[in-house]
Amino acid sequence: MAAACGMRRGLRLLQLRGLRTGHAARQQEEFPSPAERPQFPGASAAFVDTLDFIQPNVLAGIPVYRVMDRQGQILNPSQDPQLPAETVLKLYKTMTLLNTMDRILYESQRQGRISFYMTNYGEEGTHVGSAAALDPTDLVFGQYREAGVLMYRGYPLDLFMAQCYGHAGDPGKGRQMPVHYGSRDLHFVTISSPLATQIPQAVGAAYAMKRDNADRAVICYFGEGAASEGDAHAGFNFAATLDCPVLFFCRNNGYAISTPTSEQYRGDGIVARGPGYGILSIRVDGNDVFAVYNATREARRRAVAENQPFLIEAMTYRIGHHSTSDDSSAYRSVDEVDYWDKQDHPISRLRHYMLGRGWWDEAREKAWRKESRRQVLEAFEAAERRRKPSPQLLFSDVYCDTPPGLARQRDGLARHLRLYGEHYPLALFDK
Amino acid sequence: MGFTGIAVGAAMAGLRPICEFMTFNFSMQAIDQVINSAAKTYYMSSGMVSVPVVFRGPNGTSAGVGAQHSQCFAAWYGHCPGLKVVSPWSSEDARGLLKSAIRDDNPVVMLEHELMYGVPFEMSEETQSKDFLVPIGKAKIERPGKHVTLVSHSRPVGHCLEAAAVLAKEGVECEVINLRTIRPMDVETIEASIMKTNNLVTVEGGWPQFGVGAEICARIMEGPAFNYLDAPAVRVTGADVPMPYAKILEENCIPQVKDIIFAVKKTLNI
Repeated sequence: MAAACGMRRGLRLLQLRGLRTGHAARQQEEFPSPAERPQFPGASAAFVDTLDFIQPNVLAGIPVYRVMDRQGQILNPSQDPQLPAETVLKLYKTMTLLNTMDRILYESQRQGRISFYMTNYGEEGTHVGSAAALDPTDLVFGQYREAGVLMYRGYPLDLFMAQCYGHAGDPGKGRQMPVHYGSRDLHFVTISSPLATQIPQAVGAAYAMKRDNADRAVICYFGEGAASEGDAHAGFNFAATLDCPVLFFCRNNGYAISTPTSEQYRGDGIVARGPGYGILSIRVDGNDVFAVYNATREARRRAVAENQPFLIEAMTYRIGHHSTSDDSSAYRSVDEVDYWDKQDHPISRLRHYMLGRGWWDEAREKAWRKESRRQVLEAFEAAERRRKPSPQLLFSDVYCDTPPGLARQRDGLARHLRLYGEHYPLALFDK
Repeated sequence: MGFTGIAVGAAMAGLRPICEFMTFNFSMQAIDQVINSAAKTYYMSSGMVSVPVVFRGPNGTSAGVGAQHSQCFAAWYGHCPGLKVVSPWSSEDARGLLKSAIRDDNPVVMLEHELMYGVPFEMSEETQSKDFLVPIGKAKIERPGKHVTLVSHSRPVGHCLEAAAVLAKEGVECEVINLRTIRPMDVETIEASIMKTNNLVTVEGGWPQFGVGAEICARIMEGPAFNYLDAPAVRVTGADVPMPYAKILEENCIPQVKDIIFAVKKTLNI
């Protein structure tokens, strides 16, 4: 009733002023007086007198920014970041080394040597492209499929293996399941299993950095599935309203374990949500290392300079299973996986670029394959031989200080082992 | 979940945030951040990432706010290694424990009581001084006694003192212990008291199953004080139902002074 009255009044106003009604899909009224301007505290848009729902743009969609085509050819020369050969080689070697490490550690889980593993097949470009664009002290909150970021920053193979094996050389003291890496020196927050909890935490950390006035940003990685969690919504909204220098990097790889994106959302992916929060957003080809690099670099620069968040949705494909606990042939075809492996892979696209520049050739490829495999196997064999952490470490780090109750239990265990140690496989553990 | 996560992240990045929940009932929506992120991270990162955050807010019953606004979370948070949990009763407790909580490098949950915010207490010069701290992990004997030990935390401490005053007229001297800290619990003070009084009654506002009183009884059985008990310990708790809204029902779901007196007399067989 009220709407009809309003429309009639509005129409009469338009007729009074001799304005045309008709051809435009939406008519916007002019304000005959300030009283006609919308006064709502929540939004300052104009009034409109036609009933139209906004399209989710499912068919059109936000376009995908890329620099190289699938054969590694630069499409628009102005977008070539002109990275020096040394950097491009580091990008390539990091991706391939990660790939090799993934193959060996996946197999080692299959053989019962480690309990669990997650590969990064197909997403290596998202890791190194973004890592290369950050400052080394920028803080990284990952989800679990960002090992390439850590590898690019210099985390050695020995420590990746140490974490997966949980042996005495693991700085994490064998506390976590495999692929839950962390490094304070490399500014990589220890991976935490519950999904999307890192999103508001990244915002809080960015807020702390803003207060410090440090030239530092936070990057927060998550998958398109984790973006459905409540924490993601809260994190995005707070980043915008608190003006935080944080980069939200979504790896949209097509699957959240077995849930395809067609079941994950009805909107235009994750990038379309950014503007809803007032966040500058972009969608990039995640298999194009240069596109990932350019977007991350510019976003990082502006995030710190302007104290505002950015959202980057990197489109890619998860070539491997979700983890060693998954067999993806149960929900997708081998042909589909094969297409991405053979036709659109970040590693081969970068290799084509390097071949084109004369920075790489078949002989070097062969030599590097052999060398990277040798390096991984060497670290692997060393990890196999190491003992596990000392049983005394069961009780440390529960609190910053050791509570007397835990100290008593720790000493009690030590006494017990002194008396009955022969009944335990103590030789497998550090003292 | 949003601002709790922000507080945790800010703590990970070097700040010392205080995250306030309107009431701890709403902390359930953010509890993953409190337990899986704040409590466990120092251990899981083997000391690389510390989370010096304080979570504070009203806990337990209020007046006429219904079931979803009246739950006591002492047992829930007290269950988790990696967290410290404090529960103030008096003004001195509140001031001293909050200061200690903020200075502590571990995540601390401070369970305040809504109905205590308006209750005035005498405070000495010392307790009002700039750096007055109440140590976390140490209980306080609010009233010494020799016939029975009453252990409580938060608002029920006041009820225990009222019951003790009534019982004193009948010649029963109650020793009232204010836990102050739920985790790490000061079992030693309770044990020393039981070795003197030989009788134990625990009093809490929360539900009985898996509650604070249950933990105290279990620990007493595991320690030296068990042999000093003349009778099984008795727990006085909130009623094992979601909190009703109607005033008279609500009153009867919370431990009252008469319930404490009844429990003491039952224990002492008088």
